[in-house]
Amino acid sequence: MNYHLWLIPLLPFAGFLLNGILGSRLPKWLVSTIALLAPLASLAVVTQAASSVLGGATASLPYVETCPLGWISAGSLHIGYSFALDQLSLVMLLVVTGVGFLIHIYSVGYMSHEEGYWRYFSYLNLFLFFMTVLVLAANALVMFIGWEGVGLASYLLIGFYYKKKSAADAGKKAFIVNRIGDFGFLIGMFLLLANFGTLTFSEIGAQLALNPAWQGGVLTVIALCLMLGAAGKSAQIPLYIWLPDAMEGPTPVSALIHAATMVTAGVYMVSRTHFLFDRSPTALLVVAIIGAATAIFAATIGLVQHDIKRVLAYSTISQLGYMFLACGVAAYSAAIFHLMTHAFFKALLFLAAGSVIHGMGGEQDLRKMGGLRKKMPITFWTMTMGVVAIAGIWPFAGFFSKDAILYAAFVEGGSGRVLWFVGLVTALLTSFYMFRLWYKTFMGESRSPEVHPHESPWWMLGPLVILAVLSVCGGWIGIERFSAFLAPSVGHRAAEAGSAQLEVILSIVAVATALLGWLVADRFYRQKVGQAAQLAEVNPKTYGLVLNKYYVDEIYAALIVKPLLAISRYVLGWVVDAGILGGAAWLLGGTALFGGAILQRWQSGNLRSYAAWLAAGAAAVLVYALAPWNAFWPITMEFLGKVAGH
Amino acid sequence: MNPLAYLHQPIPLEWYLLLSATLFCLGICGFLLKRNLITVFMSIELMLNAVNLSFVTFAHQWGAVKGQIFVFFVMMVAAAEAAVGLAIIIAVFRARATLSVDRIDLMKL
Repeated sequence: MNYHLWLIPLLPFAGFLLNGILGSRLPKWLVSTIALLAPLASLAVVTQAASSVLGGATASLPYVETCPLGWISAGSLHIGYSFALDQLSLVMLLVVTGVGFLIHIYSVGYMSHEEGYWRYFSYLNLFLFFMTVLVLAANALVMFIGWEGVGLASYLLIGFYYKKKSAADAGKKAFIVNRIGDFGFLIGMFLLLANFGTLTFSEIGAQLALNPAWQGGVLTVIALCLMLGAAGKSAQIPLYIWLPDAMEGPTPVSALIHAATMVTAGVYMVSRTHFLFDRSPTALLVVAIIGAATAIFAATIGLVQHDIKRVLAYSTISQLGYMFLACGVAAYSAAIFHLMTHAFFKALLFLAAGSVIHGMGGEQDLRKMGGLRKKMPITFWTMTMGVVAIAGIWPFAGFFSKDAILYAAFVEGGSGRVLWFVGLVTALLTSFYMFRLWYKTFMGESRSPEVHPHESPWWMLGPLVILAVLSVCGGWIGIERFSAFLAPSVGHRAAEAGSAQLEVILSIVAVATALLGWLVADRFYRQKVGQAAQLAEVNPKTYGLVLNKYYVDEIYAALIVKPLLAISRYVLGWVVDAGILGGAAWLLGGTALFGGAILQRWQSGNLRSYAAWLAAGAAAVLVYALAPWNAFWPITMEFLGKVAGH
Repeated sequence: MNPLAYLHQPIPLEWYLLLSATLFCLGICGFLLKRNLITVFMSIELMLNAVNLSFVTFAHQWGAVKGQIFVFFVMMVAAAEAAVGLAIIIAVFRARATLSVDRIDLMKL
């Protein structure tokens, strides 16, 4: 069976090249055709592979494809361009190419009036190229190519409106914060090389399987380094700060890169290297704590944001926290399950928000929306599906995956109970802020009557409808079947069965929590409008703290950015660069100039001075030859004696 | 003893060489110190002839004819040089109405 994995990334890359080089001279319809065909063809290859795997060809997995041209070959170390297809990468590929293709379609409608249409689509195809490389990578170095590449695509797309300073700044912020995470990933790779002598995931896994005694120690360090990388890419504490700012990019980009696919790369990477994390309870605990803390922390910020996209951004951070929480209790298949359903409903929410923004003529402030239910019925209904799905209400997709995570945390016992409780509170907050957004956008009366919203074109509504269907049905496959399917890739641990009774009780608690969140939102934003504002006035300090995102950006600025800038400017800029390096250069140049100014006097242009120097030189040679210490001295004396003798 | 007897004695080599060195040094001094272009030119001739004297001296001393042949070469070159040099001097004088070497210093900074 030959799957032609190499086609999956290379087709979008071809699209990127075509549109990137020729796009500015091509008509719009051709740009769209190229941009849409590339991911569609990739999706076709993936679907063909998926149908073959689901049809029973699982024995051939993991299926590895290596480029015949090697890459790095030094001593016993051989690293090639290798792609691997297994259950994990297959699920990820389906999400990336499937959701990616839908968002490409949506973009045709959303970006139709924008300047730089071709540029946008070439970047989007470039992103898909790197993302599929990341997912397909059979070793950490190839994954790193994709990892860096999606960072680049993300930077380019966040700063798509590059004439806007805030967008350009947000792009830089995302890139720089990601560098910190990449540093962790790099150190992790070096440690892997030093300890295992290979970067191929399957070989590392095999070595670990052969040595069951290897626990903790350097494995903990490696796992924590990789987790730092994952925290950067997946916007976890302490590196989550770039994601809310990344909302400066076009909304479909927020949906594709900053909600559905790229930011989940960290979760994917942790699942891919799960054998390392499994050997280190410390690292797992750290992952779980970071995940849970991020989940609840971001959810609280999301409660009070006014920008529709920022609410969704904090919601994304919070949901990614859930996924890491699942990884932290070694429930990798639950994490990937949530990754998948989250990709559906969060892409849907972002695209629906984009549709709202499009209809409102660029307005993103929730305070100026309202009453859009009748004006934009299809957007309203699809977004409702997304809201209910993320709130975790049965039988929507979010319920199944979130429930699987909470259940996995609960059965862990001990610290797992705490994690479960944090997750439950986060579910309550999630439900509240999503219904708050829903009420403020669609219900009540319009708060800006001067705007006349209109429903979006079908280019945009089509993907919304498909994603809405997926948000409803995406979870029906059930965690048991899903984790059984993923087991060869990520281990069986998540599939362990508790009592069915406990499962039902936990599910009921989770749904009740979600409904409670809805009820609170209903009370604040439908029944007693204004009560929320009163609450904010009663507790101005708390409200201000949350509204300003706990001043984390300001704290980072004071603790890291400003000292760093000061060191760069004064120590490195003035002392090292201008002082030492510049001084040395000036010293060399100055010496030459000064010496030249003196020696210049010799080159007077006066012929007789040259002659004088010549004569002086000849005289000096003569004196030297006739000097007492020279071999000619006796002859000189004899000559002088003869002259004197006469 | 005949007071003119020393006239029949050969003049020692050293005297010729000393005279040659003296003439050469005078030529150098003239070249370096004089301002008039023609005087400078004559100083060069003086130096050439100082060298010629030492050539002839050694030719006589060793009884070899090579030195004298060299002298003819030098005289020939000096004659050619005199022709060209004087022509240049005349051209310079026509162009600048001066023969002071300090005033025909176009190469000077």
